[in-house]
Amino acid sequence: MTIASLIDTPSELTDAASSKTAIVLMTRVRLARNLAGNAFPGWAKPTQREDVLAACRDAVAATAPMKRSLSINVDELSDLEKQILVERHLISRELSGAKAGAGVVISKDQTFSVMINEEDHLRIQVLRSGFQLKKTWAAINELDSALEDRLDYAFSPTLGYLTACPTNLGTGMRASAMMHLPALVIGNQMEKVVRAVNQLGMVVRGLFGEGSDASGSIFQISNQTTLGEAEEAIIKRLGSVLNSIIEHELNARQKLIEADANKLFDKIGRAYGILQNGHLLSSSEAMNLLSLIRLGVDLGVFPDAHRCVIDRLFIEAQPGHLQHAQHGEFEPGQRDLLRAGRLRAEFANFAKPNFTLSSDGPN
Amino acid sequence: MANPLKCDLCSKPATVHLTQIVNNKVHKVDLCEECAQAKGVTDPSGFSLADLLLKASLNPEPAASGMKCEQCGFTQADFKKHGRFGCPACFDTFSSIIEPMLDTMHKGTTHTGKVPQKALARKTLSDRLNKLELDLTEAIKSERYEDAARTRDEINQVKHSFGQKPPR
Ligand SMILES: [Zn+2]
Ligand SMILES: [Zn+2]
Repeated sequence: MTIASLIDTPSELTDAASSKTAIVLMTRVRLARNLAGNAFPGWAKPTQREDVLAACRDAVAATAPMKRSLSINVDELSDLEKQILVERHLISRELSGAKAGAGVVISKDQTFSVMINEEDHLRIQVLRSGFQLKKTWAAINELDSALEDRLDYAFSPTLGYLTACPTNLGTGMRASAMMHLPALVIGNQMEKVVRAVNQLGMVVRGLFGEGSDASGSIFQISNQTTLGEAEEAIIKRLGSVLNSIIEHELNARQKLIEADANKLFDKIGRAYGILQNGHLLSSSEAMNLLSLIRLGVDLGVFPDAHRCVIDRLFIEAQPGHLQHAQHGEFEPGQRDLLRAGRLRAEFANFAKPNFTLSSDGPN
Repeated sequence: MANPLKCDLCSKPATVHLTQIVNNKVHKVDLCEECAQAKGVTDPSGFSLADLLLKASLNPEPAASGMKCEQCGFTQADFKKHGRFGCPACFDTFSSIIEPMLDTMHKGTTHTGKVPQKALARKTLSDRLNKLELDLTEAIKSERYEDAARTRDEINQVKHSFGQKPPR
């Protein structure tokens, strides 16, 4: 498979999430692995990096999920292609800036990706849309075992899988979920949630933008520690934290409606108006407006089937995807114009809002 | 006792003091204004305490300095600079500085998860093979031909048990 055909295939993440778990957009599990007897990528000499890359590429490409995959060196990718892969969560920013001797293998359906010579020799990743922690773990566990047939992993009975950074020792596993939490943001409860989640040994990060800029009210929640606890136990603990965040978000939505439904409908209605008619939209503003429409879908203001449109636009309104669609590179100012144009076209045919809530309330 | 707290990262006077409970352990981090900003501590979307604790633990000079990994040439100074290790063997070389770090960084200090059984079995066999081949050379050199013959038989046995999959 070529990079061009991969980019032209929509990512798995744009699948409609089922409405019960619509708050979780995506589940991801990542494993850090290294080859015994080889210097870690950050310390390895260029020839050592090339050797590890060749050995890993062959081993990864030979596994079942990687049939007809894309296998490519990072220096074969243009800046725009790298940006698109980052926006789809298929490679990390760190890999996109890596020196020579780094690569990635991505499955045809874009649910499996293996980065080679990022911080560790292998960063294996599985993505699934919706809330699917156990399935995602099962899939990555199987791929990891298949790789172990061909590669000698660096492993210590006491420290587990050996990783360049001691924060990843043990399981080398980072499990995470991307959550849409607009009501907790509107109700100013996010800080409280972050603190509580931190105390449970989990980390919360805003997904889009840097630092405090959690535009789109989308957050990534993941385990903080990797040593001293088995994978299944970490997954189980993360799952129960996610369930309790879902519950808090649903409560917060209920409270917003009870307190002042018109205020909430006003936000959603204005977002709809701007998306249909705006001419200049920054990435961050677009994310925030799309977030309100998605909340509207969850509340029954828009049909359920439209949720997947929003989830697709969350990715396609990002700078890399936007420029790719227009076949060129554009200044941020021009991008805002392109983005608004793109969204106007999408929302011209979007369902009209229906602000009469069904009797069984929001789901 | 009027010693003002210093920033864990850069040793300037600390003005931001954080306490967090992770896995029933209390962790304290003291930071200056700049480092707090740089680390996004003031940022409600969260920051990684593990990352901070890692960097903070690199600052105090441990007693045993000047260690060097024989496999990859990585030194303790390199670790202080990068916060990453050089190769898997570094974990043996630097175990005295790694162990105290793990306690604050992780839920436990011993791995209880998945074990790469197949890779480990392969390693056991290849270690055994290496040793037997050394024995063989040694036996031939000192003209112990009976030992050499027995060792060669053992080598063939071990090679056979690798089956279809020879070690890389
Ligand atoms: Zn400082
Ligand atoms: Zn080393």
